[in-house]
Amino acid sequence: MTRSGFVIANLFRKRVRTILTLLSVIMAFLLFGLLQSVNTVFSSGADFVGATRLFVQARVSFTTPLPVSMVPKLEAIPGVARVAYQQWFGGVWQTNTPLIMFALDPQRYHDVYPEWKMPEAQWQAFEHTRTGLIVGRQLAKQYGWKIGQKIPISSNIWPQKNGSKAWQFDLVGIFDGKDEDWQKRTNLAFIQQDYFDEANQFGIKGRTNFFILKLADGANAEAVSKTVDAMFENSPDETKTQTEKDFNISFVKQIGDIGLIVRWILFAVFFTLLLVVGNTMAQSVRERIPELAVLKTLGFSDGSVLGFVLAEAFALVLAGGLVGLALASLAGAMVEKATGGQFLLKLDVSVWLLGVAAIVLMSLAVGLLPALRARRLRIVDALAGR
Amino acid sequence: MPEPMVQVHEVTKVYERGRQKIEVLHGLTLDIPKGDFVALMGPSGSGKTTLLNLIGGLDQPTSGEIAVGGKRIDQLGSGQLASWRARNVGFVFQFYNLMPVLSAEANIELPLLLTRLSAAERRRNVAVALEVVGLADRAKHKPRELSGGQEQRVAIARALVSDPQLLVCDEPTGDLDRKTADEILGLLQVLNREHGKTIVIVTHDPKAAEFARRTLHLEKGQLLEQAA
Repeated sequence: MTRSGFVIANLFRKRVRTILTLLSVIMAFLLFGLLQSVNTVFSSGADFVGATRLFVQARVSFTTPLPVSMVPKLEAIPGVARVAYQQWFGGVWQTNTPLIMFALDPQRYHDVYPEWKMPEAQWQAFEHTRTGLIVGRQLAKQYGWKIGQKIPISSNIWPQKNGSKAWQFDLVGIFDGKDEDWQKRTNLAFIQQDYFDEANQFGIKGRTNFFILKLADGANAEAVSKTVDAMFENSPDETKTQTEKDFNISFVKQIGDIGLIVRWILFAVFFTLLLVVGNTMAQSVRERIPELAVLKTLGFSDGSVLGFVLAEAFALVLAGGLVGLALASLAGAMVEKATGGQFLLKLDVSVWLLGVAAIVLMSLAVGLLPALRARRLRIVDALAGR
Repeated sequence: MPEPMVQVHEVTKVYERGRQKIEVLHGLTLDIPKGDFVALMGPSGSGKTTLLNLIGGLDQPTSGEIAVGGKRIDQLGSGQLASWRARNVGFVFQFYNLMPVLSAEANIELPLLLTRLSAAERRRNVAVALEVVGLADRAKHKPRELSGGQEQRVAIARALVSDPQLLVCDEPTGDLDRKTADEILGLLQVLNREHGKTIVIVTHDPKAAEFARRTLHLEKGQLLEQAA
């Protein structure tokens, strides 16, 4: 037998209690791992490495539209091969099923996004049908839409000139993704920018939410981004240019301060964990006051007894913490795969280091008070049950 | 004149319970020679266990001197006392006080974790201790799988394993039936006579005291007489 063997044996004296506590630690660190990696994603700086497209939006917010007349200026920037643009439509299917739906220029979009696969005849039909609508394979499958159907879709933002929010479109094409990753994203719908421009009541004609710049081969994404923003600096339409990935992240950030939300959730999780594990440790020490006194009787010092109790707390939190973080890594990899790499929930080194720090702090927080109690025990009082 | 193992000189022990001060031992003086087997008897509250605790280094006197094996233990700090106990005294309790999560052999090995012995040496010493108490075939059993007498034998093996010269036993047969109690006391007698251990036991049982070489009676914190 070794001292560590003794610690482990004590830990499992009440097997069910220890397993339940261990499960709560695992759950807490699973959440910690996932939420911290979400936080890392949302708080990471711009990353232009490997970017082939840039998104240009109004500096204030992408809900502030930019003039389509910026397109020639953008296309003139060295390193920009082609420019497309998209306007959020706020589509609603039937009563309250929101659709991810944009108004755009079909040809430009086709040029910028070769990842979408659709017969050329359908691209042509989309370009030449004013009320044309194309949808992704998943969306068509979900609602049983077929090419040639008239699809009534409301907009929760844009009424038509006649005041009605109900729009009607002709489904002229169904697109798919070039590979598995892109196929997973075929839950989108696109309409013609021209039709939207003419028919919407608010008359935001000639404006769009954001531009997408397709970069020329070998172009320096960061340099292009800086050039774009410098070009429109101090103009009525100042811009913010970022990569596709960062744009997607900033889109989600609209929900609120993700970092703050994550911190509050983690605070609640760890506070609960503190109570659960702290109570387990306190109860475990309370139950074996005479045993701890016997250890001291045999010659174990006060410090050794304190060490035994702290080691139990540490072993419990360490085992649960490492399993939780490992599960979070696994879950993160699964989320990444399921979203086709759009949501990178990787537990990087910083999350693991934070996790280890949390394990140490949590062990001290739950183990220190019971350990100090064990350290302070007077042998004769403890043996006499006082 | 045999060499003294325990020397207690003018020892007083006062406990504070809230605002109340209770003097349990009043200037007690006592010598126990090496190789002796002493039974401490007396009514409840007479100070038997307090005296045993002081001799075993579990507590410190309020005043007076205590030396064991020539070493003044009343002057040691808590850490020094712990390490002194590990090397010099074996303890046996009324309710055995074994670790329920450990097997018999692991319980016996526990004090050896404080030594520099290798795992193999520890295993060897544990096997010898188990042989001495006649429980070699119960090494892997947990305390709950043993009878009261067997548990007390394991406790005695644990007290013996680091080869201390002094064994202090607080009511070692208080929880056992007569037959088992006699077996345990017989074992202590063997340890005293054949292995030369100095043994001090506290007991209420006159029959248990008969196994000792001599009996000391305490009353109201003072030694009354010495009986052969």
